[in-house]
Amino acid sequence: MNILTLLVVIPALTILGLIFTKGYKQARLLSAVGMGLQFVATLYLVYMYFQARGAGNTDEFLFEQNLVWFKSLNIHYHVAIDGIGVLMMLLTSIITFAGVFASWEVMDLAKEFYIFLIMLAMGVFGFFIAQDLFTMFVFYEIAVIPMYVLIGIWGTGPKEYSAMKLTLMLMGGSALLMVALLGIYFNSETAAGLHTFDMQELSKMHFPFAIQKFFFPFAFVGFGVLGALFPFHTWSPDGHASAPTAVSMLHAGVLMKLGSYGAFRVAMYLMPEAAVYFADFFLILTGFSVIYGAFVAVRKTDLKFINAYSSVSHVGLILFALMMFTKTAFTGAILQMISHGLMTAMFFGLIGMIYGRTHTREIHKMGGLMKILPVISATYVIAGLASLGLPGLSGFVAEMNIFVGAWENPNLLNRVFSVIAISAIVVTAVYILRVVGVLLMGPLKNPEHANLPKVKWFERVVIILLMGSIVGMGTMPLWITDTIREGLVPIMEKFVH
Amino acid sequence: MDWSYTIWIPLLPLIGFLIIGFVGRKLPYPVPGLIGTTGIFGALVLSYITAYRYFFVANTAGSFEPIKGVEMLWMTFSDKLHFNMGVLLDPISVMMLVVVTTVSFLVHLYSIGYMKGDPGFGRFFTFLSLFTFSMLGLVVATNLFQIYFFWELVGVSSYLLIGFYYEKPSAILASKKAFIVTRFADFFFLIGILVISYYTGTFDFLTLNGMSESTLASVGSASFMGMSVLALGLTLAFIGGAGKSAMFPLHIWLPDAMEGPTPVSALIHAATMVVAGVFLVARLFPMYYHVDGGSVLHIIAFVGATSSLIAAIIATTQMDIKRVLAFSTMSQIGYMMLALGVSGYEGHHGLGYTASMFHLFTHAFFKSLLFLGAGSIIHAVHSNYMTKMGGLRKYMPITHITFLLAALAIAGIPPFAGFFSKDAILDAAYMHNKIYFWIGWFVAGLTAFYMFRLYFRIFWYEDREYHHTPHESPLTMTLPLMILAVLSVVAGFVFFYFLPFGTYITPTGEEFHMHIDYFLAGISVLVGIVGIVIAWIMYFKKNDKAEKVAKAFGAFYKWTYNKFYIDEIYMFVTKKIMFGIISAGWMWFDTYIVDGSMNLIGNTTVKTSHALKKIQSGKLQDYVYGVVLGVVALAVIFIYIWTR
Repeated sequence: MNILTLLVVIPALTILGLIFTKGYKQARLLSAVGMGLQFVATLYLVYMYFQARGAGNTDEFLFEQNLVWFKSLNIHYHVAIDGIGVLMMLLTSIITFAGVFASWEVMDLAKEFYIFLIMLAMGVFGFFIAQDLFTMFVFYEIAVIPMYVLIGIWGTGPKEYSAMKLTLMLMGGSALLMVALLGIYFNSETAAGLHTFDMQELSKMHFPFAIQKFFFPFAFVGFGVLGALFPFHTWSPDGHASAPTAVSMLHAGVLMKLGSYGAFRVAMYLMPEAAVYFADFFLILTGFSVIYGAFVAVRKTDLKFINAYSSVSHVGLILFALMMFTKTAFTGAILQMISHGLMTAMFFGLIGMIYGRTHTREIHKMGGLMKILPVISATYVIAGLASLGLPGLSGFVAEMNIFVGAWENPNLLNRVFSVIAISAIVVTAVYILRVVGVLLMGPLKNPEHANLPKVKWFERVVIILLMGSIVGMGTMPLWITDTIREGLVPIMEKFVH
Repeated sequence: MDWSYTIWIPLLPLIGFLIIGFVGRKLPYPVPGLIGTTGIFGALVLSYITAYRYFFVANTAGSFEPIKGVEMLWMTFSDKLHFNMGVLLDPISVMMLVVVTTVSFLVHLYSIGYMKGDPGFGRFFTFLSLFTFSMLGLVVATNLFQIYFFWELVGVSSYLLIGFYYEKPSAILASKKAFIVTRFADFFFLIGILVISYYTGTFDFLTLNGMSESTLASVGSASFMGMSVLALGLTLAFIGGAGKSAMFPLHIWLPDAMEGPTPVSALIHAATMVVAGVFLVARLFPMYYHVDGGSVLHIIAFVGATSSLIAAIIATTQMDIKRVLAFSTMSQIGYMMLALGVSGYEGHHGLGYTASMFHLFTHAFFKSLLFLGAGSIIHAVHSNYMTKMGGLRKYMPITHITFLLAALAIAGIPPFAGFFSKDAILDAAYMHNKIYFWIGWFVAGLTAFYMFRLYFRIFWYEDREYHHTPHESPLTMTLPLMILAVLSVVAGFVFFYFLPFGTYITPTGEEFHMHIDYFLAGISVLVGIVGIVIAWIMYFKKNDKAEKVAKAFGAFYKWTYNKFYIDEIYMFVTKKIMFGIISAGWMWFDTYIVDGSMNLIGNTTVKTSHALKKIQSGKLQDYVYGVVLGVVALAVIFIYIWTR
């Protein structure tokens, strides 16, 4: 079987198997095995990819499979992958695997919980390998819909409101996206005189500027909603705050990346001239959101809200980098997708561990956790340092590529917003250190917290998986940057004038 | 010659860090300390070997070529810009290796005694090893990005160590402040790096320093607000250095950083990390000198002189002995910056550069000695305040003598170390600009005064009763004191007469002869003695002269004692404006405008649907009624159109 299809089949089979399980123990065991297999299969994909590249295969996309799906509409099930996709798959499988362990203690309706969780993951896996816009859109919806159920049922706080808000806003994004996809479809024409959704074919066509100009905002904003593009980011804080731990991890870690990834690989790649045309507008929006998210995070007191606004700032940086049109900045954007995915999953995982023990996320109701929960606290500090861009951790690698790349664009507006975006490194330090100072340091604030249970084995698995990846990426970035740069070659051709 | 082994100089402490961090933290006393100390001892031996080979075997005096011991690609930015990691060996980096490993080793040794019984013993050595690794990585950096990499790492180690007593609210605040203030400066540094690399197309120090004046003028021909872009980039980089080196007005974190354990203050906040800014300027000195005719150097000299003066004034009034030393550090670093700022390039004109490095070298020894001495005192008295001290010479003879030697060294009394290096700085300032000389001269007097104020107040003043009788510290603590005392005494004349700095460390690598200008040396020693005598009058025996003098100065004393209210100004700007107005304002905007409009759309949809659902009543007659009305309306319209 094609390895890429296998990566969709494994989650699908896991879901199928889950239907027949009884009790939470069976369900979580099967999920762990299934996602463990998926993780191994992804590592194998990485191995295969580098072997193929090492053997001198210079095709843009590898492991291609193309089956006709709806003949009359020329829709295909078309999957293939390049270096960037391989990295995104790896990210997704790490976070999904960690997510299963992070929800180890979900006992209510555990079977259903895992089914929806893995369905979400399956959608993401499918999205990253899809080469046909229609296939991609199907997987995209598969990933977005389970969120509603997961938050609505297993969430906390005002979960119905948050679930509704999140789903509606994302559906709004999907609607815009659908317009753009249909627009592209009906303006395409293959050699056989048919319309097509195939991205590889579409990328070879040149759409008239007027068409691009009309549909680009639909596609970019449509994906941008999921990528927390300011001012369409407000689903994210509420959604994350209400979502259960693993859902937050998956959602912020990988699902939000579908937005920025799609904005890049679909909107900008297929409509490059319109992208350049609208660059200044989106540059202002995204550059502002970088500093905006950071400043709002300074004032928030709920851990998940702080992290959600921190995410607005960090994913803002991804879209910001995309507006620079330099290879280094694009590399930085992809790196930031990976780095932010790992970091934010780590954060949400840790917040879940803390919340599970103290039953509060208000930082002022806790204090001095360092003494009680040394492992979790130390990990929180390291994740925080990664988030503020400490060298040796993943954030630094991504941010430096973005900043160096941003500076390569000599327009004055880009310069101004680069400085603004870079200044966020200071504000980020403020909100991270504030949380560390209030939450972890200091004397124990709440005496009830004196006997909180120590870190458990499955929590250690989450920490090791994610922290290991963060440190690995931060200390040995060369193979990742080179893989990305290789993948960017055909994309860059679109932006050379 | 093979230099590839030099990679182990930073790596040994890194290995120590990993071992202690992962497995050694919980081991019994003193195992973590021994692991850390062993790692740094290895680095020390390698550094000394490297120094010997570099200065005496590989090169002949007067022609020191930079050598890249190791270099490898770490990350690709673009086809032009690469992020390399490596080891650059040149006179200043080799000197820094010696300074850092020596002081770090002694501080490790001292800490084994000082931190005994602390529950965070293992954690302390983990952080200390991390710091040493980062600092060594910083001094051997081959390029701007590597220096930035380790620059951030030393910053975070400093943060972790200042906040070492993490249950103390003051320590938390101090650690946050130190990190954020230096981070603010690093923001400028980073932009500086981006500007410089964008125009020159490289991060590499050797390439940057090798550019001639005309090349620099042509690559940086664009101008920004009357400054050439390269000058702007260098100024921004200097701001980063000024933040790390606690130069006015970014110095506010340094006094608070004294919340950390005292050995940390000695290592990080006196001898090594705080001079990183000086090192950065020295590292890029040829570039600073050649860009725009050295215009940035004027800024550096001004900032250095101002900082040294302000800090010295504040130091005379502080009561916390570590804070006195902190301001003293700031003042001395100001000297080093001043020296770099007034330096020329070739031959004897490069005296400022040499003097700066010389002072960095001697200062590392006597200032860490002062801090370690202060630590020994605090260990014995359990207080930082000099009002709780007095007459300690009887109880702590070794600490007393070593402290006195260090105080004489920093006061610039011959033949102690500080005299030679400070004299060289004043000499260089005199050649460049007389005003700077007189500022430096005045600061020398103040330095002698506040240092001996401290000395007399701690060791003489009054014989007082102590709750616990103070006693001399154990050998692991006094041994480093004695070693540093020897260095504080001899480092000056050895490196002036026998292995003169002018031969080994100059901007161009070519030697020149250093000599003493007896007139300048005479008046600066004189002002030092005057300072000591005033301190002797005021603090030798218990009396009320000090209060009278303070009263006589009135408001000025109050201002000085409160450090000119600079902290309060910062607090106002950050707390009130940044986080009070901007942050709160944006949060309001986010909740009520951005999110509010989203909710409004949602609510409007729901309301509209509530209104519209009444039409769908399910009653057939209503629908027929609608159909009939529709037909009539259409009929009217069509008739109207046809009859026109």
